[in-house]
Amino acid sequence: MTGGVVSIGRPNLTGEFGRFLRFLLQELRPKGPVLTPFNVITALIMLVSAVLLTIRFAFGIGSITNLSQEYPWGIWIGFDVITGVALAGGAYVMTFMVYILRMEKYHPIVRVTVLNGFLAYVFYAGALLLDLGRPWNVINPVIGNSFGVSSVLFLVAWHFMLYMLAQFVEFSPAVAEWLGWRRVRKVLMGMTLGAVIFGISLSILHQSGLGALYLMARTKVHPLWYSEFIPFLFVVSSVFAGLSMVIFEGSITHKVFHHRVGKVLHRTHDDIVMGLAKICAGAMLVYGFMQLLVLVHGQRWPYLSTGWGAWYLLEMLGFVAVPAVLYFIGFRRRDMKVVRVASVMALLGIVLNRLNISVIAFKWYAAVRYVPSWMEIVVTLGVLSAEIWVFRWIVNRMPVLDFDHGHQERPEQDWVPVRSVARGA
Amino acid sequence: MNRREVLRTLCAAGGAALAAGSAEAEQTGVVVGERDVLGVLVDTTKCIGCRMCEYACADANGLPTPDADVELGPDRDTSTTEWSVIKKFETSAGPVTVKRQCMHCLQPACTSACLTKAMYKTPEGPVTWRASKCMGCRYCMVSCPFDVPRFEYHSAVPKIQKCVMCFSRIEQGERPACVSNCPAEALTFGRRTELLDEARSRIYTAPDRYVHHIYGENEAGGTSWLYLSAVPFEEIGFRTDLGTTGYPMYTREFLYAVPLVLTIVPPFLLALNRATRRHEEAPETGGEG
Repeated sequence: MTGGVVSIGRPNLTGEFGRFLRFLLQELRPKGPVLTPFNVITALIMLVSAVLLTIRFAFGIGSITNLSQEYPWGIWIGFDVITGVALAGGAYVMTFMVYILRMEKYHPIVRVTVLNGFLAYVFYAGALLLDLGRPWNVINPVIGNSFGVSSVLFLVAWHFMLYMLAQFVEFSPAVAEWLGWRRVRKVLMGMTLGAVIFGISLSILHQSGLGALYLMARTKVHPLWYSEFIPFLFVVSSVFAGLSMVIFEGSITHKVFHHRVGKVLHRTHDDIVMGLAKICAGAMLVYGFMQLLVLVHGQRWPYLSTGWGAWYLLEMLGFVAVPAVLYFIGFRRRDMKVVRVASVMALLGIVLNRLNISVIAFKWYAAVRYVPSWMEIVVTLGVLSAEIWVFRWIVNRMPVLDFDHGHQERPEQDWVPVRSVARGA
Repeated sequence: MNRREVLRTLCAAGGAALAAGSAEAEQTGVVVGERDVLGVLVDTTKCIGCRMCEYACADANGLPTPDADVELGPDRDTSTTEWSVIKKFETSAGPVTVKRQCMHCLQPACTSACLTKAMYKTPEGPVTWRASKCMGCRYCMVSCPFDVPRFEYHSAVPKIQKCVMCFSRIEQGERPACVSNCPAEALTFGRRTELLDEARSRIYTAPDRYVHHIYGENEAGGTSWLYLSAVPFEEIGFRTDLGTTGYPMYTREFLYAVPLVLTIVPPFLLALNRATRRHEEAPETGGEG
């Protein structure tokens, strides 16, 4: 806010603050029709989720989930957190490509990718809080009275927090532009590279860390999915998981928010998607090869002839090998449809893999299996709905999709004169 | 680019390395003076399945009195209200009853998994749980090779429930309640080294009575509770695939890699960023945007 105040010249704090508030109130109003089918359905889901969560906090986690002593972690961890974070990996890969390798081609989508990543972490790490039995003690590993530094979860928790901060810094210039705070924006821009480097380092560690969580569950995860290389597999798969999500989300976002898409992004979007498809194909090749090495190295092929083996082969062939080939074909033929199909299949493959390790092939020998209750699924959908609402709110207001000016400053005439908008309203 | 930026990056990375790097400063639950850890030797050949230990446990730890009519069987298991249970197995040598509870590992998976140090291995040996620290993430349950920690799913203020080897009694110089109340002398409380000696001498003096293995001597890196049996241990519900490595070891290498990654990767990324800079770009704005 100081930036705005100073640029006016004579500080008139109360007047400026009033304008700022009016602007915020103006922006908080919905843009566009309110009673759309999407809004009604998601609002209903969120409402039901809120009721369910009230029950959960009043009567315990068991009141709405099917978790048991055998299965302490269900889909709130296995899907929301472990899968969600893998799918949010696009942000670190994209910032690496754009800010470290300077692949300018991808610059127009870096902001929306970072925003997606940031929101994914906020909401999925938020979902982690719903799963904690004693969430009021969540502060313990933060404030330092109980540093369980020998825990992988300690590392993951800290890295979640620090990475959210890094992603916020990476995205913050968009907020400054929205508010018209030029000097603040300049400062924030200066922090981008540092945040990116920090963020990539953190991502490598916590993406692998999520896999490392299962290193001590070595006798509980089916041998086809357990290996001491889980951390490596998690990092490599997060590369194409994240990029596939970028492709998938992009194809939806461009339809829904076409009025917000900038000229450059509009022109280069197909090129970008093709480039990502190529990278995904490469990453999946590496991943598939690593999985094969793990299988051979661990001498796990006897399991292939069992039912679990068929399930494993379905994941590895149907949802890794096939989408990898589809990506390659799509890229060669420049066929957007094939690439989109590949991205959806690759995403399903990641969902399968993460759920296999955390839920499906976890305690594969147990007599009573865990199946999520409908209430767990509704709450997960509620979290997802809330994320989409926030994403939509931001994309409709901040320069996210029309951010395509490369490394230069945004030209003066492109500045949204927010203050005058606020005054006019 | 400028020195400022390099410094900024390095400082940020350094800070994180410190935060996570201290991971290795902490030993993962290996008790100093391991020979002096307290434990219990369970001789399953002496157990008569009277369940006196269950009643004593409930009484000593404020748990509900066990149901007298319950049928013993292999599927019985500890719960949030039963820290210790007798299981019954039909084996090659007839029915065998086995007391099961927390094994109190020498290098517990749960304490190294706990990010708040709520799970705590006391220097005396018992693994205890501290309510004020626990945030209820249940990672201890995921990690424990014996599936011991139990979580109260139907409480708004849930606790982790497990055998604590009657730590408060031990502190007062008493034996755990189950040991004191075992009429068949199937349970022996003492220093672990002495218990191992005792177990070996029992096997040595009656080689036909026992399988020649002390369960817990090396399993999962060794446990404070040790078991003797007349039949192979897999017949009486023990996992024999746990290995002899202490569970914290499985994540140790990963945690060692953390400070390494945080100190090597940022400078590498910065160098890559510098190396890919195009000539026409002015140094002041390069890399920002």
